[in-house]
Amino acid sequence: MPGHSVGVVQSQRAHFDQPLHLRSGGVLPAYDLVYETYGTLNAAKSNAILVCHALSGHHHLAGHYADQPDNVGWWDNIIGPGRPLDTDKFFIVGLNNLGGCHGSTGPSSLNPATGKPWGADFPIVAVNDWVHAQARLADLLGIDSWAAVMGGSLGGMQALRWSITFPERVRNAIVIAAAPKLSAQNIAFNDVARQAILTDPDFHGGHYYEHNTRPARGLRLARMLGHITYLSDDQMGEKFGRELRNSAFSFGFDVEFEVESYLRYQGDKFAGYFDANTYLLMTKALDYFDPSREDNGDLKATMARSKANFLIASFSTDWRFTPARSKEIVAALLANGRNVSYAEINLNFGHDSFLMEDAHYHGVVDAYLRNIKL
Amino acid sequence: MTHTLGRPDFEVISSWIEPGHRVLDLGCGDGTLLKHLIDTRGVKGWGVEIEDANVLAAIKNGINVIQGNLENGLDEFADQAVDHVVLSRTLQTVRHTEGILREMLRVGREAVVSFPNFAYWKNLRSVLNGRMPVSEDLPYQWYDSPNVRFFTLLDFEDLCAKMGLIIRERSVLDEEGNPVTNEVNFLGSLAVYRLTKNR
Repeated sequence: MPGHSVGVVQSQRAHFDQPLHLRSGGVLPAYDLVYETYGTLNAAKSNAILVCHALSGHHHLAGHYADQPDNVGWWDNIIGPGRPLDTDKFFIVGLNNLGGCHGSTGPSSLNPATGKPWGADFPIVAVNDWVHAQARLADLLGIDSWAAVMGGSLGGMQALRWSITFPERVRNAIVIAAAPKLSAQNIAFNDVARQAILTDPDFHGGHYYEHNTRPARGLRLARMLGHITYLSDDQMGEKFGRELRNSAFSFGFDVEFEVESYLRYQGDKFAGYFDANTYLLMTKALDYFDPSREDNGDLKATMARSKANFLIASFSTDWRFTPARSKEIVAALLANGRNVSYAEINLNFGHDSFLMEDAHYHGVVDAYLRNIKL
Repeated sequence: MTHTLGRPDFEVISSWIEPGHRVLDLGCGDGTLLKHLIDTRGVKGWGVEIEDANVLAAIKNGINVIQGNLENGLDEFADQAVDHVVLSRTLQTVRHTEGILREMLRVGREAVVSFPNFAYWKNLRSVLNGRMPVSEDLPYQWYDSPNVRFFTLLDFEDLCAKMGLIIRERSVLDEEGNPVTNEVNFLGSLAVYRLTKNR
């Protein structure tokens, strides 16, 4: 890996007491956002990059905590001195979105009106609500306009939304493995995941915190299902094939194939730390995402409001948000004569490719970012 | 004679493109032509390129590049999105010849096409001597050539007539990049055409 890690980092917390009016009609009277920054904001405050997280992500993008050397940020391979998101040049900001479960205000936070955790009463948050909350964090940090807003998957959707909601505040948008809106199939997968959680007897209508329990079985199933959609068939075939944990069939329903073992492990691990209400909120934010809705589905008209330069990237084996979905964004930008580059990257890891370290993929991001004038 | 970036057809193409025009360069490679047109003619440009290494090089050059396969058409581009669609030294590598020419004039007001002339006298001489031609404009061995269509100026002009495309300008160059005006199908190594659909 070229370059090196940012090393020891610390997270910070910002409190906002201006109410945030949400797309759903709900209001958050006050909220906290936890965030991390890497690199130094220059005097002109022109070198800031916002990295938005995907469904299960958070503010800890890079480096590790002094007391937790193994807790490495989820996008550490792309951030650091000499890496594509070069902290010698850029000031990188990552945050945990509203509704999250990594420290920002979310369903497990206390509802000031009741003194109890919000639970199911936490209002539904949309991608545009996150963008507005992120803008307040930008205000707090003194950042008028981002050199770039970027992200993969749901993070890429936030970058796209930023360019539409705050065209003057985004000079470049890097949208990776995303789509302009979800397909029926995408929504269907999300709904099966939600049903797994909602029908778990430990869900208690979303108020499971008060029952000192959590719908771990449902969350585990949701994650197992999601995980399948993040990987490619080829990759699963290569990684697991039809390998058995023992050499012979056991003719039962215990873990038998290696792929079952892997998925159950991933599901258990996830259910151990993630919050089911947050999972519900994140999948709904995905389902509702469709900036072209304001223009009767005409994405060209929507993208006419953006002013940023764009890098769009997709992955050949991503069947969750296929290259064709990224090309819908490209076409809408081209129809407006925007500066846009599009790379279709051959990587074998399906939707999760955006998190992988690959010389060509990172080379493309690196080349694009190096041309940004501060 | 020295030529812009070592590519004599680039000078011809540049001279046909008005400052400030929108240009789409198909098979743009590392974006050299577009960069030249942006720097010298102030155009707004995009390229289409299939090879990973070229896409990366074009992004490094600060060029808008869309990764894609010309054989699949130009679906991402709207009708009449640009003034000029350029296809330099690439037509002979495309199987769907008519398809790409139609797409170029759907997306652009004008198409600019350059290609090597297989009837160039040195190429003919080479074949008469029993060898497939290798030259400045056909720099490949038969077994590693990306070229899949072999045609001459006359052949190309017949196709344009058949498709109802209008040849607005033609520039023919010899192997050194000097203009050829007589016996062009015999003395020309590289041809550059400017095409439109309507008069």
